[in-house]
Amino acid sequence: MEKIFKRTKGLTGVPFHYCPGCTHGTIHRLIGEVLEELDIIEDTIGIAPVGCAGFCLDMFSCDFIGAAHGRAQAVGTGVKRSLPNKMVFTYQGDGDIAAIGTAHAIHVAARGEKITSIMVNNAVFGMTGGQMAPTTLAGQVTTTSPYGRDCTSSGPPIDLPKTIATLDGAVYVAAVSVDSPKNIFAAKKAIKRAFQVQQLGLGFSLVSVLSTCPTNWGLSPVDSIKWLQENMLPIYQMGELKVPEEVKAL
Amino acid sequence: MTKVLLKGNEAIAEAAIQAGCKMFFGYPITPSTEIVEYLSKHLPKAGGTVLQGEDEVASIYMCYGAAATGTRVMTATSSPGFSLKQEGMSYLAAAELPVVVVNVNRAGPGLGGLGPAQSDYFQCTKGGGHGDYRVIVLAPSKSQELYDFTMQAFDLADRYRNPVLILADGFLGQMMEPVEIKKRVAVSLPPQDWIVDGCRGREKRKIVSYALSNEVGEASCARWQAKYEKIEEQEQRWEEFYTEDAEYLIVGFGTCGRIGKSVVLNARKQGIKLGLIRPITLWPFPKKAFAPYKDIIKGIVTVELNAGQMIEDVKLAVECKMPVHLYSRQGGMMPGENEILSFMAQVFELSVAEEAIADGKNI
Repeated sequence: MEKIFKRTKGLTGVPFHYCPGCTHGTIHRLIGEVLEELDIIEDTIGIAPVGCAGFCLDMFSCDFIGAAHGRAQAVGTGVKRSLPNKMVFTYQGDGDIAAIGTAHAIHVAARGEKITSIMVNNAVFGMTGGQMAPTTLAGQVTTTSPYGRDCTSSGPPIDLPKTIATLDGAVYVAAVSVDSPKNIFAAKKAIKRAFQVQQLGLGFSLVSVLSTCPTNWGLSPVDSIKWLQENMLPIYQMGELKVPEEVKAL
Repeated sequence: MTKVLLKGNEAIAEAAIQAGCKMFFGYPITPSTEIVEYLSKHLPKAGGTVLQGEDEVASIYMCYGAAATGTRVMTATSSPGFSLKQEGMSYLAAAELPVVVVNVNRAGPGLGGLGPAQSDYFQCTKGGGHGDYRVIVLAPSKSQELYDFTMQAFDLADRYRNPVLILADGFLGQMMEPVEIKKRVAVSLPPQDWIVDGCRGREKRKIVSYALSNEVGEASCARWQAKYEKIEEQEQRWEEFYTEDAEYLIVGFGTCGRIGKSVVLNARKQGIKLGLIRPITLWPFPKKAFAPYKDIIKGIVTVELNAGQMIEDVKLAVECKMPVHLYSRQGGMMPGENEILSFMAQVFELSVAEEAIADGKNI
């Protein structure tokens, strides 16, 4: 029988430790496939965050460095400046990149650092048990916003890709979701383009991926997907926010 | 032999270039700024890269990334900036990454002042970041040592896979002196079989500082402690001056060690048998230097540009077998040699001629 679907070489096969219904696994798979298809597994250094994805460095087949909370892009900068011909990507949650790591998120883009950042946005701090993040939606209940996020006190959620897209050094910015097969395909295309932008040395590339957190949202996996579609998709600007001509032609 | 007139900070920067440093990440702060300025001008010509980070935190983590690739890398800052780097120092130590860090100590706490100080001694030698870790700390006392120790720092960092700190002060960083520009001496260093540079033709590698279980955590701590014990055994460095027959000792590092030599010479003219021990490694603290003297010395004065920090290590080194007093100036002020001698005469009830302590009476 012909094998039509198999494990990507971009992943090691170490079992995912993520909760049932969490979409980190899907996003890992997409990145793994892109690494394999572009034939860059052996030329890539990944930078892991602190958070649920902190252990992703065991799951990808490429070299990996664990960073401190929020510092992945600074670490990635040091790697890329030392090895300008290698591929460097950071994998970060929304708390990591949009709260404690904000200064680095802005300046890595402003410098046009030739690295790729994958931001996984599930609207909470997942690893610590579901606290309010900068991306938490208005009224959303978390353990540190037990009465719902009060925007008069905490402000409305940050749409980081929109902010990053205003900076000239950020040449490819996309916001995608992995809530449906159609969107998963679009997400993979965006991730691939982000890496291609880096291969061409055009500048900084960012892909934000909306993700679920059934455990901390207190919902089943199926209801989590529904919650993401009904609550997150309308709030965050989706699609390719910025695409350079060189990549459109690919 | 080439001797050039360099500012202390420039001597550090030139030494880094000669030592094969290829990456520098930093953020301007007085009185260390000439380091990033000099390197911005000269490191690119030597095939290196200087990148001004968005802040001190970014700069230390850029060093973390560069060191992970096996590239020689340095950052430099002054006290408030060094405080911001502490999280990174802890991570560097845990990930065992060789990075050279320069702290040109200015007066603190808070924003403090721009004058010279040694008030970061605790922060530099006892941690500063979280967790049980150690970094090798070198304390130069003149421009030539700023140069030499910076070169040595890169080899020490590579030999032990550990961050190495140069602790200078605003006086040393800003002072101009002739410096002999020495070439890098080839030394045997461990293979870089741990770096991440893409896994072509080998197993994938990872550099991490976390422990998933307490058992793994304890094993990591034991490994680090074993390394630190080895460093303590092998790397204690100090200078002695007129110690052979000394009855009293001055102990000072950096600028204070330098001033202490004048105090020793003046005291000898008065018939006082004074000697000097100048710690060069602040961690590991040179306990071995004190061992031959701890049963014969009558008293010690530590001279420090802080409220008394190194004095704790001196008391431990001599097991409190004799009185150990502190002579301290703070806030960017420097002691004169006469005021130190005057203080010694007072606390140890020594007789000295009036003119030897003329301008140091009102202590």
